[in-house]
Amino acid sequence: MFWPRYCCITEIMGSVDNKHLNSEVFDEMQTALGPRVPYEQFYEWFKSENHYQLRKKPKELDKFFRKTGITFNVYGESDGEERLIPFDFIPRIISELRWRKIETGLKQRANAINAFLSDIYGNQEIIRAGWIPEELISQNAAFLPEMIGVKPPGGIYTHISGTDLIRVNDEKFVVLEDNVRTPSGASYMIENRETMLHMFPELFTRIPVKSVSNYPEQLLQILIASAPASATATPVIGVLTPGVLNSAYFEHAFLADQMGAELIEGTDIKIIDKKIMMRTTQGYRAVDVIYRRIDDNFLDPLNFNPNSLIGIPGLFDVYRNGAITLANAPGTGIADDKAVYSFMPEIIKFYTGSTPILENVETWRCSEELSLKYVIDNIEELVIKEVHGSGGYGLLIGPTSSKKERAIFLRKLRANPSNYIAQPTLSLSTVPIMEKKGLAPRHVDLRPFVLMSPTEVKVTPGGLTRVALKKGSLVVNSSQGGGTKDTWVLEGV
Amino acid sequence: MLGKTAAGLYWMCRYLERIEFTTRLLDAAFRIALTNSNDAKSEWGSIILTTGNKASYLELYDEYESTRVINFLLREKSNPSSVLSVIETARNNARIVRTALTRESWEAINECWLELNSSLRRPITENALPQVLSGIRKQNALVRAALDGTMLRNDIYNFLRLGTFIERADSTARILDVKYYVLLPSLSQVGSSIDFVQWESILRSVSALRAYRWLHGNQISSKQIANFLILDERMSRSLTFCLQKINNNLFYLSQTYQGEFSCRTLADTMFKRLQHVSIDKILLDGLHEYLLTFLSNSEALNKEIETNFGFYG
Repeated sequence: MFWPRYCCITEIMGSVDNKHLNSEVFDEMQTALGPRVPYEQFYEWFKSENHYQLRKKPKELDKFFRKTGITFNVYGESDGEERLIPFDFIPRIISELRWRKIETGLKQRANAINAFLSDIYGNQEIIRAGWIPEELISQNAAFLPEMIGVKPPGGIYTHISGTDLIRVNDEKFVVLEDNVRTPSGASYMIENRETMLHMFPELFTRIPVKSVSNYPEQLLQILIASAPASATATPVIGVLTPGVLNSAYFEHAFLADQMGAELIEGTDIKIIDKKIMMRTTQGYRAVDVIYRRIDDNFLDPLNFNPNSLIGIPGLFDVYRNGAITLANAPGTGIADDKAVYSFMPEIIKFYTGSTPILENVETWRCSEELSLKYVIDNIEELVIKEVHGSGGYGLLIGPTSSKKERAIFLRKLRANPSNYIAQPTLSLSTVPIMEKKGLAPRHVDLRPFVLMSPTEVKVTPGGLTRVALKKGSLVVNSSQGGGTKDTWVLEGV
Repeated sequence: MLGKTAAGLYWMCRYLERIEFTTRLLDAAFRIALTNSNDAKSEWGSIILTTGNKASYLELYDEYESTRVINFLLREKSNPSSVLSVIETARNNARIVRTALTRESWEAINECWLELNSSLRRPITENALPQVLSGIRKQNALVRAALDGTMLRNDIYNFLRLGTFIERADSTARILDVKYYVLLPSLSQVGSSIDFVQWESILRSVSALRAYRWLHGNQISSKQIANFLILDERMSRSLTFCLQKINNNLFYLSQTYQGEFSCRTLADTMFKRLQHVSIDKILLDGLHEYLLTFLSNSEALNKEIETNFGFYG
């Protein structure tokens, strides 16, 4: 994920000085007149703390994370070196009022996306009704033809989604990206809170913060509720991981552990009598629900990528017969595709009958002639992204690009316009981080997690706040030097 | 429990036990080296032999030189049984079985890994060796304490214990086999005292010097040492003690899983044999032959456990 915006950012040096706040940027903590309402209590505490001691905290935090093994692997590093995701202890605070709107908006979006998937792999009413072009789906690499006509148990495709939001002003959060394949980060949301409770317990006795700790329990409940009809009253749940070398292995193990589920790999599984069975110390036992953290492509070498060594051969055949639940369902990628994203307002309207509560970022589809012309003419002002790119790779940030970079990108764009979308550079919010010299504003995004079962949709209050640690930077990805913050939703404020 | 998880738990403890053994061997050898006797050089060679690394050591070096042996056994990356390699594998196993470990246990293993990586980052000199070794043993002890103090006594624990005692019996048998000539009646006449340095080294490498003295004072005889390390069920590294523990854990597993397992039959046979044999008979039939049989039975037991409980697909 990447945040487009440009304007200069002023460092706040020394303790808590707010004179240099840039009026163009929405800082979530401070105004020229003092802290904003949600931050008042925290600010009081912060002012009264010994800042010399506080500045030592980051080192303690690092040690704490290393000790607990909250690390991730970076591909291509020598010796499989493990890295920490930097954590900044200044929380990101959201009032209950703002959160309520986010929550309703996310639920609306999740319902619409699930209905969209059900339709797209079913009768395709939305195309017949002319709301989206047919080729948007039929010519999209993220569309999985194998899923046509397959009904997932309970009708749920997107059991878990992580929607990336950015804040542009006091009231407005907009959706930057939907993540409905295998979104990660929930474990960091929980561990960040655990860490804060460990380091600053007094904060939580003073300030009413909504808890995030029951996420694993809720995840377990929605997985149980989505079990196939053939499952027993106590369905067996497995978390399918590519293995210990995967960059998100910590999260896979963490969630399995917290749910009391088995952490399985492809090699633990065998298909016996058209059922998914796992090898236990007492022979083979049936699995009913797989929370898979492996991409579609690698799930099943017999039905998808034949070179996959981490999948389960024949899994999709069992799935097609309705004998196993996969969370999320295969083929959900069509719903978080960037070209489809631009139609999300239509999609929400079509399935829910109402306008989107959370808006999209304005998006130009380069596949359309007029848009392409606009994008080419205004390339210096825009952020251009590959439709299937992710993780902040494969994009051009107009305002900070060099002439040469633009020329190269233009060639690619002209050669294959439908592979690109463009968005305006946005002014997005900042939250301070603790630097050696005091507080300094840094750009943040927010990934709340939405859980869906056949009977309900739940949103954990808060989510994962990612923060760009470099001054002025917009890149929050952990793989590119971003960090995280604890996210507080206040109770009754 | 997943078969893979059982395998991870079992091997994690085997590896931790292996680290323990390697450090004790080094400690014992180092003490001999301090005596400056002729034994020193052969002692460094003998511990390489005991850990089963002769071939891979000789690929790198021609001579058994102290700092080379020390660094080969502690930190050589190409040596899969160096402490640094083994703690890496043990911790990887712990990551795989993370869901079966308490938070305290996992953190203890993770910290052990962090500490060892830092204390073994640079080559170890002879001067630094005692401190490094005691650091490693301390970390290892913390892991054992966390497991002991926080783990539920269920099948998970049984697999941990099986790994510990199979590895421990294997280690004791190995050290005895490498040094068996020291204990042979033909070389040390009955009644006469055997080479002081050598017997002390054997007892030290299984942490049993003090325990032996409690039982036998200063009466050192090859027969008594062999008896102590093989048959004494009070001695926590003796073959009998280990087999008894293995037997108990397999008994609990067969109860939990309500099944009969071939590994249990084998372990039971091995235990009964130890109960009904005298040290005289073992020495008469040949200590070396006895230990070879034991080691091959122990390997067979390991295989049976792996198969019975679905460790691998």
